Amino acid sequence: MHRTGELYGQFETLEQQREASSLGMWVFLITEVMFFGGVFLTYTINRAIYPAAFGIGSNTLDLRLGGFNTAVLIASSFTMAMAVWASQTGKKKLIPLFLTLTLVLGSVFLGVKVVEYAQKFEHHLVPGRSFQIDAHIENQAQKQELEAAFAKDPDLNAHAQLYFSLYFGMTGLHALHMLIGAGLLLWLIRESLRGRFTPQYNTPVEVVGLYWHFVDIVWIYLFPLLYLIDRHK
Amino acid sequence: MSEHIVSPKIYAGIFTTLMVFTGVTVYAAYVNLHKWNIVIALGIATFKATLVILYFMHARYSPRRTQLVIIAGVFWLAILLALTLSDYLTRVTIHG
Repeated sequence: MHRTGELYGQFETLEQQREASSLGMWVFLITEVMFFGGVFLTYTINRAIYPAAFGIGSNTLDLRLGGFNTAVLIASSFTMAMAVWASQTGKKKLIPLFLTLTLVLGSVFLGVKVVEYAQKFEHHLVPGRSFQIDAHIENQAQKQELEAAFAKDPDLNAHAQLYFSLYFGMTGLHALHMLIGAGLLLWLIRESLRGRFTPQYNTPVEVVGLYWHFVDIVWIYLFPLLYLIDRHK
Repeated sequence: MSEHIVSPKIYAGIFTTLMVFTGVTVYAAYVNLHKWNIVIALGIATFKATLVILYFMHARYSPRRTQLVIIAGVFWLAILLALTLSDYLTRVTIHG
């Protein structure tokens, strides 16, 4: 694999070749939209059936960490967009710089996610035998709210586990996509240091950029859906 | 026709808008708007996603054929969500 932007036989122009590459990436991303769409659908149906359990589960999440991570991910999308710009305008030294910034921000996001997951283990909020929705609630108002919720729904503990199964499933799938993105970034950084990307040939930067922004969009929906239910209570 | 290069100024503007609306969505979540909380939250998320698609992902400057693929994808997602939810959300067991 040493493509540097020569024209392949099946294309008329370099322009057409480049458009075909990004079109191919978009088609892949549409399959990802359908994949995540099914997951979001599962979430929506379960939340509609058990609104109280989902609200209580959501309120146990750390909004500061979630909000911070949202900002970090949006910033990483910005630096990724700037890497694409640097490759299009031939600023060869800026390409690895912006790519590295993107990788660092992505790693910060994953690091915060590790902290959040660890808290869930400590607070008995990982679905399974030791799951207990009220294990870590000390606030008196929240305790009363929980008691009222238990009175209405004796299976609240089971239904809150549904919320946390979806929380781990959705954020886990998202984090897996981030890990793949980080691997792609490492490869792009190496290639950009070799000076492979020019205004004539920057398709890999553009296409990985599309992927990275897609992963950002998934989080843009995950954040309000997982962290912001019933916060006004 | 050569490829369209989006300027850093536009990227910075989009970045700032995304950050501001992240703040707005957190603020809105603390106000009790009853059923409207989820509508506002998803509305803001969709607005942010649209900005990312149009500018960061260059959809606004892409060829028509790419735009058609994106619109078709969103349309198919709408079918998935609308038809499934029109079943589940109208079942007696959920709201009864």
